[in-house]
Amino acid sequence: MALKDITLGQYFPGNSILHRLDPRTKLLLTVAYIAALFLAGGTAAYLLLLAVLGAAIAVSHVGIRSILRGMRPVVVIVVLTGVLNLFYTPGEGDPLVRFWVFRIYAEGIYAAIFMVLRILMLITCTFLLTYTTSPIRLTDGLENLMGPLKKLGAPVHELAMMMSIALRFIPTLIEETDKIMSAQKARGADFDTGNLVQKAQALVPLLVPLFISAFRRADELAVAMECRCYHGGEGRTRLRQLRYGRNDVLFLLGGAALVALVAALGFFGL
Amino acid sequence: MNALEAILQTEKLSHIYSSGTPFEHGALVDVDFAAYEGEYLGIIGHTGSGKSTLIQHLNGLLQPTSGRVLFQGQDIWASKARTRQTRFQVGLVFQYPEYQLFEETVYQDISFGPKNMGLDEREIDRRVRRAASFVGLTDAQLEKSPFELSGGQKRRVAIAGVIAMEPKVLILDEPTAGLDPVGVEQILGNIRDYHKANNATIILVSHSMEEMARTVDRLVVINDGRIPFEGPPREIFRHGAELEAMGLGVPQMTRVFTRLKAMGADVDPSVYTIAQAKEAILNALAKRKGGA
Repeated sequence: MALKDITLGQYFPGNSILHRLDPRTKLLLTVAYIAALFLAGGTAAYLLLLAVLGAAIAVSHVGIRSILRGMRPVVVIVVLTGVLNLFYTPGEGDPLVRFWVFRIYAEGIYAAIFMVLRILMLITCTFLLTYTTSPIRLTDGLENLMGPLKKLGAPVHELAMMMSIALRFIPTLIEETDKIMSAQKARGADFDTGNLVQKAQALVPLLVPLFISAFRRADELAVAMECRCYHGGEGRTRLRQLRYGRNDVLFLLGGAALVALVAALGFFGL
Repeated sequence: MNALEAILQTEKLSHIYSSGTPFEHGALVDVDFAAYEGEYLGIIGHTGSGKSTLIQHLNGLLQPTSGRVLFQGQDIWASKARTRQTRFQVGLVFQYPEYQLFEETVYQDISFGPKNMGLDEREIDRRVRRAASFVGLTDAQLEKSPFELSGGQKRRVAIAGVIAMEPKVLILDEPTAGLDPVGVEQILGNIRDYHKANNATIILVSHSMEEMARTVDRLVVINDGRIPFEGPPREIFRHGAELEAMGLGVPQMTRVFTRLKAMGADVDPSVYTIAQAKEAILNALAKRKGGA
C-alpha cells in the first residue's frame, strides 16, 4: 500500500495559464463543463468535449500520468457502472449476446461506453480544477461565489474555512498515516496479508494513533487561531484579492459557448 | 574495529522519491554504508540530507530504487520472509515514537513487536519485562495506559517496544528530540545499557554534534544524499569548516580550540570533551615551559 500515491485533492504547483486563472473562473468552468457533459447525447458532442478536455490537460502541464494515477481509487465504481449499463440497457433489435439470463443489446454497449466516458471525463475535469488551484484559492473562490447566500443566513465563511482546513490537512494526515504505518511495520505489523477480519484488526495500531494525533492537531490549530484573534468572517480582509482578468473573461465566454454548442448539437441529435 | 565484520551494509544504494511527478528528487545517491558488529555508530546530517531515507532502507521499510542492502551478508530483499525477518533483527525507533502508542496498557504496547514475531506467551513476558527494565519502567507503570504517562516516559515505552524484539541492530532516529536534559540523559543511558548487555550494534541518528561526540565510536556524515566523511568523531571534527558549510555545527569545545589555534596557540583543534580540552591545554603549557 503506497499512500503517497493518492493525489485526490492535491495541488500541483505550476505556472500554466490554467494555474493563473481566477479560481472562480475555474469553478464556473468546471460547473459548465459538467453541465455540458450531461447535456451531451451524441458522438459529436462527446468528441467535442473530449477535445476540450484534452486541450485543457495539455495546457495545464499536469501530465496525463498524474491524472491516471489519481483515477485508481475510482476504478471499481467506473467498472461497476459500465457493467451495469452493459447488461441492464434494454434494446429494440435482437440481443447481440444471449447468455443464461443475460442479454446484451447494441444500445447497452453504447450506454456503457458513454456512461464510463462521462464519469471519467467528469473526474478528470474536477482533477484539473484541484491540481491547478491551491486549496486556499479554491476556497476563496467558493466563498466568494457563494457570498450571496450569506444574506440568507448561511454560514458561508465558516463552511469555507472548514473546507480549507480539511483540504489543508489531507496531505498532512496522509503523511502521518504513512509514518505511523512505517513505525508499526518496523515492529512487525502486517497490513497487506490475511483475511478481512485480520486486515481490519491490523488497522487498530494505525487508527488509534492517527485519531489521537488528529485531535491533538485540531486542538493546537484552534489555539493557534485564537492566539491570532480569529473570530469568524466578519470584517476580515484578504491577503490575496480575487480579480477577474482578460483571460478569465475569454475562458468564461468559451465555457458558455461550449455549453451552447453542446446543447445545439443535442438539439440536432448529434 | 577493522577486524569486525559488517553486520549491515549498503552497496550503491540510491533512492528517488516520487519519480515521474513534478516532485521527483533523489534522496540518496550511490551510498556505500556499513555498520559493524557491536559498534556504536552515529549518523549525522542536516534536515533533508537523506538520513531518514537511509535508515528506512536498513530495515526494509523502503525499497531501493537501485543498489542493495545487505544484512549479515545477505540481500534483505531476496525474499518476502527475509525482509520481514530483517525488520525484527534491525529494530528501528522513529522520531517522536510516542505518537505510535496505541494499546490499552504499556505492557500490551511493548508486547506488540514480540507478538508479531510469533513467540510464545512466556518468552513474550520475559522480553517485555526485560525491555521495560532497560528503560526503567516499573511494574506498576506497565499496567497503566500509555496515555497517562509523561512525554519522556511515553518515549521510553516506545523505545522498549522496539527493544523487546531484541534486535541485533538498534537504530534510533533523534531519540532525544524535544526532551529535557534529564530525559535526554535517561534515554542515552538506556541505549548504552542495551548496547552493553546485548553487544548490539547501535545506530544513533542526530543533528546534535555535542550528543554524538559524547556517545558514538564512529560517525557517518550524510549530506545531500551522499556520505562525505566517516570516521572517529575526532577525525570528523577536523573538517570544521566543511561541516559548517553543510549546516552542521561542531561541538563548542572544538570551536573554542579551532579559534585558539587560529590565534596562534599550539593546540590540537580536534578536541571535543572537557577532559580532552584540559589535557590539550596542559600539554600546550608544558611545551611552552619546556621551550622557555
